[in-house]
Amino acid sequence: MDFRLSEEHEMVRQMVHEFSAKEIRPIIKDYDRRHEYPMELLPKMAELGILGICIPVRYGGAGMDYISLGIVSEELEWADASVRETIAVHVALNSLALLQWGTEEQKQKYLVPQAKGEKIACYGLTEPGAGSDVAGMSSRARREGDVYILNGEKMWITLADVADHFLVFAKTDPEKRHRGITAFIVERSFPGVTTGTIHGKLGVHASNTGWISFDDTPVPVENRLGEEGEGFKIAMSALDNARYTVAAGAAGSIRAALEASVAYANTRTAFGQKIGQFQLVQQMIAKMAVNLDIARLLYYRVGWMKNMGIRNTRETSMAKLFATEAAFQAAVDAVQIHGAYGYSDEYDVERFMRNTKGAVIYEGTTQIHEVLQAQYALGYRRDKPLRRELPAYDPDYWQSEE
Amino acid sequence: MSIAVWIEQTDGKAYPSCWEAVGKARELGDALGKPVHAIVLGKGAGDVAKEAISYGADKVFVGEDATLETFRLEPYAAVVEKIVKDEGVELFMAIATSRGRDITSAVAADLGAGIAPDATDMKVEGDKIVVTRPTFTGNILADIEFNSDLKVVSVRGRSFPKPDPDESRTGEVVNVEPVLSENEIKEKVVGFEETAKGEVSLTDATIIVSGGRGVKGPEGFEPIRELAKVLGAAVGASRAAVDAGWISYDHQVGQTGKVVRPDLYIACGISGAIQHLAGMRNSKVIVAINKDPEAPIFQVANYGIVEDLFKVVPALTEEIKKRKGM
Amino acid sequence: MNILVPVKQVPDTAELPKIDPSEVVSGNIKATQILNPWDEYAVEEALRIKESKGGKVTAISFGPAGATEGVKRAIAMGADAAVMISDDAFANSDALGTAKLIAAAAKKLGEFDLIITGKAAVDGDSQVVPVALGRTLGLPVVTYVAKIRELSEGSITVERLLEDGREIVTVPLPAVISVVKEINEPRYPTFMGIRKATRAKIPVWGAADLGIEASEVGEAGAAVKWTNLRKPPAREVKCEIIEGETVEEKVKILVDRLIAEKVI
Repeated sequence: MDFRLSEEHEMVRQMVHEFSAKEIRPIIKDYDRRHEYPMELLPKMAELGILGICIPVRYGGAGMDYISLGIVSEELEWADASVRETIAVHVALNSLALLQWGTEEQKQKYLVPQAKGEKIACYGLTEPGAGSDVAGMSSRARREGDVYILNGEKMWITLADVADHFLVFAKTDPEKRHRGITAFIVERSFPGVTTGTIHGKLGVHASNTGWISFDDTPVPVENRLGEEGEGFKIAMSALDNARYTVAAGAAGSIRAALEASVAYANTRTAFGQKIGQFQLVQQMIAKMAVNLDIARLLYYRVGWMKNMGIRNTRETSMAKLFATEAAFQAAVDAVQIHGAYGYSDEYDVERFMRNTKGAVIYEGTTQIHEVLQAQYALGYRRDKPLRRELPAYDPDYWQSEE
Repeated sequence: MSIAVWIEQTDGKAYPSCWEAVGKARELGDALGKPVHAIVLGKGAGDVAKEAISYGADKVFVGEDATLETFRLEPYAAVVEKIVKDEGVELFMAIATSRGRDITSAVAADLGAGIAPDATDMKVEGDKIVVTRPTFTGNILADIEFNSDLKVVSVRGRSFPKPDPDESRTGEVVNVEPVLSENEIKEKVVGFEETAKGEVSLTDATIIVSGGRGVKGPEGFEPIRELAKVLGAAVGASRAAVDAGWISYDHQVGQTGKVVRPDLYIACGISGAIQHLAGMRNSKVIVAINKDPEAPIFQVANYGIVEDLFKVVPALTEEIKKRKGM
Repeated sequence: MNILVPVKQVPDTAELPKIDPSEVVSGNIKATQILNPWDEYAVEEALRIKESKGGKVTAISFGPAGATEGVKRAIAMGADAAVMISDDAFANSDALGTAKLIAAAAKKLGEFDLIITGKAAVDGDSQVVPVALGRTLGLPVVTYVAKIRELSEGSITVERLLEDGREIVTVPLPAVISVVKEINEPRYPTFMGIRKATRAKIPVWGAADLGIEASEVGEAGAAVKWTNLRKPPAREVKCEIIEGETVEEKVKILVDRLIAEKVI
């Protein structure tokens, strides 16, 4: 068992870390203060291939593996969670769902421009009245000849006001619960589509979060992803990928909180010594250091399982549950270590605290994941094979031109 | 057996630090009983010869041929190497400017000599010369042991004191002919543009003069800017001054703002709170000027003056002007 | 345009202050190894020339056998090929010895138009190798290049960044130039480049391959040796509060101190 990152993964980590340090860190505090999305980063990330990191080259991607997706997420969130959110929705929720469930035509039409970063993608599942209770959604899609007429409102959607393509879930059979949901690829240009930005979030100010409204929007039949009634399974499989990026990103947040705390503890003096000498401060730092390693090991395992084509819903949920809770705790402790300065936006740690609080709510609340983990442990839940699985990573297939 | 120093000059004006090298060469020459030669090339070299003697040279080689008009590595290296061979020079020195480094590297490579670049100290130990130089970007010092007859050293500017010139000193001036003809020289200098004296950027600056709450208003930065101009320094500010609108954000030094590592940081009217220190504590030398003797900045400064900055800063500007002969 | 870029692997700049002199003496430096930052600018400039004029960029790396991080970074950025110069006999070469080795490798690689190097390596810090390399190869060498103004089949015109201004110089090709950071902004490696770099089989040339006598290079051939390696004396962080009768007096003393510190 080799716990080391391969040379390739080390080079990926180094490259994305440099990007994060040089391009994101210097500007993100300002965007966070202004509650503005750093659009300038999108073309830069597109050019580097980050927006299609684990998509095969034949579909416009960079052809790297799923572990690389995790590494990218960790390094981007080390600078700020807002930027990692873009990867979570654009790559994990949307693009990987197309890779897993899409027809060849859908991949050519939507996945290719997304992977190249020519079009931005997001994911519309949550509604004002349905978050954890996905099957309680009220969006509807009614078949009329060769289109579906889509009506409804999605809320708390990352990149709602920025994206060109939306992966939207709506009930084609309102009588049913889970089995009545169908997935659709919707373009902003379709009639009846409006979006807006939600203001006043506690954290991830630099991430664009908004609502999408569909008013009798006609969606061509060929834009249906998967079969009618398969939508819930598609949504959940997409979440398996996004939760992975959230977990990996959370490791980046823990690392950022730890580095800030160590730097401050080695600088600030009180009672004649550096505060890093005080054991109660050390206790907080110890927790961060240990949790960082645990979070990393958990997401590395998921990346490996995805590479191997092994179903990983349980392990992904576990990584997300642990890492996001640990990240929030690390950020809270980092603020504490910084004392009054931590309470000011002079330092970054208050931003980490506000950002990490979001991650224990989205992509499945902590409570949802605790229930999931209990269900697995108690034997109440067993994952059944899907009609289409996320393809295992095959370097030849991923890296060849056709 | 002799010591030779290459004097960098333009239009009859020598690069001032060169005399520091001549002074050190004189000191080594006296200790080891060896003569000191100076080599001056280019247009106006003749004007520098007397100066070189007054600073300690016994013999000055002057080359003013047209092919030597401005510095070019090929013809200059050829002339220097001929002098080194003919005069039996065993220690060849130059100041470590770009041109000085070029010529010392070429001479060392062409003559198979050991070279100690950017030396910060040279001492006589017994009958040997020990040269010290910084390595790993200044983090580790090393003494250089030479394993060649000819030793080549480029000296970091301001490592040695500038000697006092002695107008009464006498010496020989020898004209030298070029070794290469214009046809043989591959390098052609096509033009020269002097550096525009624009505003120095904070992150690149070697000297920064910074103002804080103590400057009391935008006009308060005037004396700071004056001092910065005279020092060729950049102007910095604490967050308090920027937040108050007295100066723009791109001057801010600190946790928020820029992190700087100049050779000299002069903090005027800055209390020294931890978030400002985060931006400048790795400066080589920190000077604090503050009315309040209890200000935390004095904990990290190397030198402090407890006075009103509006009295100190203009006085400092005047004193610097005097010393620089401005 | 056939361009050669000598590259060196060095300790990470951020970790330089932590290196202990004993690590340097034993040759076992614990810091993370990276491509010498100055060399990144050289690689970038070579790639830009290749993009505008066509040609090939070959990285030449010199160091212990396993020291491939630097040269792999060059490949990941887009260099077409790389070669590693390594032999126990080469250890502890001085700058002139290093130049001889790179020159031998350049000759072995065949015809080239331009060699682009970084200004210096952050560890050796000598700024000697570029000039020594040019002189050893009998080629014109121009240092501290901040901009390439013109480049044609037979000549190159550059701007040199000197203390007093920018000098514009023309030399015939083939030539050696060393570059400063003002010249460009190095690109990030691409993912495809990273894959290529990790799979690259980089030939290693030793003394026999280069036709070099062990006595000419390495410790045996070195004309200088580093001894008495030590950390610079630690600064005493005690603030001297300047005393004096008048402000003018205090200011005079301060200026004396600053001149002694060599910061003004």
